[in-house]
Amino acid sequence: MAISVKVMRRPEPGRTSYMRATLKGMSLTFKHMVRPTKVTLEYPEEQPDLHARWRGTHRMEVHADGRPKCVACGLCPTVCPANCIRLVGGEDDQGNRYPIVYEIDEFRCIFCGMCQEVCPVEAIHVGRHFENAEYTRDRFVYDLDRLMEQDHPVTLLWDPSDPRSE
Amino acid sequence: MGEMQELSTFWFVTIGAVKVVAVFTVVMGVVAYMTLAERRVSAFIQDRLGPNRVGPFGLLQPIADGLKNVIKEETMPGTAAKFHFVLGPALAIMPAVVTIAVIPFAAPLPTPVGTVDMVVADVPIGILYILALSSLAVYGIVLSGWASNNKYAFLGGLRASAQMISYEVALGLSVIAVLLLVGNVTLTETVWKQQQLGMWFVFPLSLAFIFFLISALAETNRLPFDMPEAESELITGYHTEYSAMKFSMFFIAEYAHVVTASALLATLFFGGWDIPFWTGDDMFRHESGWIRGFDEAGVPIPATPSVLITLLTLGAFCAKTGFFLLLYIWIRWTLPRFRYDQVMHLGWKVLLPGALGYIMLVAGTMLVLDQLEVPFGMLYGGALTAVSGITTLAFLFFVDRDRVIAGAHRRRGAARGRGPPAPRAGGPAASS
Repeated sequence: MAISVKVMRRPEPGRTSYMRATLKGMSLTFKHMVRPTKVTLEYPEEQPDLHARWRGTHRMEVHADGRPKCVACGLCPTVCPANCIRLVGGEDDQGNRYPIVYEIDEFRCIFCGMCQEVCPVEAIHVGRHFENAEYTRDRFVYDLDRLMEQDHPVTLLWDPSDPRSE
Repeated sequence: MGEMQELSTFWFVTIGAVKVVAVFTVVMGVVAYMTLAERRVSAFIQDRLGPNRVGPFGLLQPIADGLKNVIKEETMPGTAAKFHFVLGPALAIMPAVVTIAVIPFAAPLPTPVGTVDMVVADVPIGILYILALSSLAVYGIVLSGWASNNKYAFLGGLRASAQMISYEVALGLSVIAVLLLVGNVTLTETVWKQQQLGMWFVFPLSLAFIFFLISALAETNRLPFDMPEAESELITGYHTEYSAMKFSMFFIAEYAHVVTASALLATLFFGGWDIPFWTGDDMFRHESGWIRGFDEAGVPIPATPSVLITLLTLGAFCAKTGFFLLLYIWIRWTLPRFRYDQVMHLGWKVLLPGALGYIMLVAGTMLVLDQLEVPFGMLYGGALTAVSGITTLAFLFFVDRDRVIAGAHRRRGAARGRGPPAPRAGGPAASS
């Protein structure tokens, strides 16, 4: 897109009417004052519409039997640009890999969503969620149980055939 | 003639004290809710909702604000002049709350112990008292600006002194036109004369009203004249260093000034507590009774004060004052701030000579009317209205179209000789 510059036209001497300009301004502000439609979103009562690709705090998908879907492949800590994921993988007696430790430091996280994109088994997701307030700082390191407890909707990945996710 | 029962000294003092407490309480309440109204109205103008969380429609917000200001930490700059730093807010708030005392807010109220004037103190010097005290307000601002030992606060204080002294002159001169027509300085008589004239002074003295409105905006340091605060230039000017309740006192002082100025505008130019198109509420103390007016032969027509009239006129006064309060807020959120030199220019080169000339005009017109022995009534007011209307139109024509208050482009053009301003590089004029 070409850069456009809006040129402010200076009023020419003797061609501007300050009285009329003032009255025009007053009538404009009055119209807005009595206009019933306001832009304010009354937040706790009204929730904002989050976009389908909104990237918020994480969520770990769970199997039907309650195990995490994560196979501890190590791709997400590798791809993470903020280095906020700590993963220690283990292997059970059938040879299935599973995470022993899986922690995400939500303070370090930059919410790029690359962990979700890279995950081969669709286990870790970023979510459509933003109400994350806590009383202490250490509550912001989400461990595996915490990630599995999250039940907010997850983010839709970008689809080139539908670039605006409509 | 409606006989008047004079108050005994005991009742005069008692009722006086009650009136002081009542008016002070109401003014403080109005000030508190002005802060809320300012925020709500500004929000509405900007298509927002404003504070609506504390109580229904945010009506308890002023209480929450007050509580917050009381329990916040008071900061004291290490290099401030401590005594004057504390004295500043006190000096600022004092004149703001006492000026309302001379403004009559309703028709006299009959009580079993006598008829009570609905004004805290009907002092014989009326308007002079208001002018004297409201100009004291600048001391609080200058003192706090200087005592803060902060360059922005100091600049704010300097600007306040320059601006308030300049506009005090225009304010006083625009009031003189009213005084000429009233023939007295008490505000009760100002209301009475407007009832006698059959029209509010805004019509026969339209130009004085415009001067007074502009000067009152400047006197209360409200936008577009908020030079002393000027957030974008001076942080917040003279109260940069103040916090908590001391800051709040400046805030209360500003709004109390606005309330006083609104009440004064209503009283001087909009008939005070007069209800328009109804002579039943006309009432004035004449010799030993209350009169409604004089008949053809000059015999006083008696009037009877009643509680109903008092309540109705109180409502009229509140409505008029409320309109000006809204106008203050409305103007603030519409107009941008003047440049400092424009403020000085407007004050000294437009309002001062304009007001002086207007006094001459009003005095001359009144002299002619008196020589022609036109009775003080509709015809008298009509003639003055015609003269003032023409003058007002001429004045507005003169002020309009940057003949007087020029924008920056005008000065640049003037610096390079007459004619249109030099085209700016890259501007639309350069291509032509």
